[in-house]
Amino acid sequence: MIITEDEIRQEVLNSIAQNRVMLFMKGTPEMPRCGFSMQTVACLKDTGAEFAAMDILPDPRIRQLLSEHSGWPTIPQLFVDGQLVGGCDIVTELHETGQLKELVNAAA
Amino acid sequence: MADIAEIEGLIRTALPGSEVSVEDMAGGDHLYAHVRAPQFTGLPLIEQHRLVNGAVDHLLGPGRPIHALKIKTEATQ
Repeated sequence: MIITEDEIRQEVLNSIAQNRVMLFMKGTPEMPRCGFSMQTVACLKDTGAEFAAMDILPDPRIRQLLSEHSGWPTIPQLFVDGQLVGGCDIVTELHETGQLKELVNAAA
Repeated sequence: MADIAEIEGLIRTALPGSEVSVEDMAGGDHLYAHVRAPQFTGLPLIEQHRLVNGAVDHLLGPGRPIHALKIKTEATQ
């Protein structure tokens, strides 16, 4: 089956729109494939909030189209309520100050 | 290999009134930038980081002088 760029773009945008807390990462929350993704997952899990995740590794176009949308070059990328919150550094800093928990648990 | 003084200068120019210190974390291309700037006031961290990244965008990425830039921002009055 051939997946087109438009289909991938739609899947990326849908996942951001449909999941309050959406993480794009390398690997899966159960098996992260990069230290930065692993650390970001650990911060999110610590908040106790539910989150959805998409592995960007299976197709290089996922990352390309995601970064075109977000204007952010690196992975991971965390979105809350459709807005890019940040990557590993920002998520870690927000976690350390307690703001991450407030953000992911706040009513939309 | 990145030129630390040049990078500090680019960030200072992009954010007038800022205090910038850049250090090498590993290998000359993994850098840490600590930036205190009045422009950050009221902005989410992501937008603060975008301002810093934007100043050195042309030096950042695969095959360019900066491979990774870790950023710590603080808003000043």
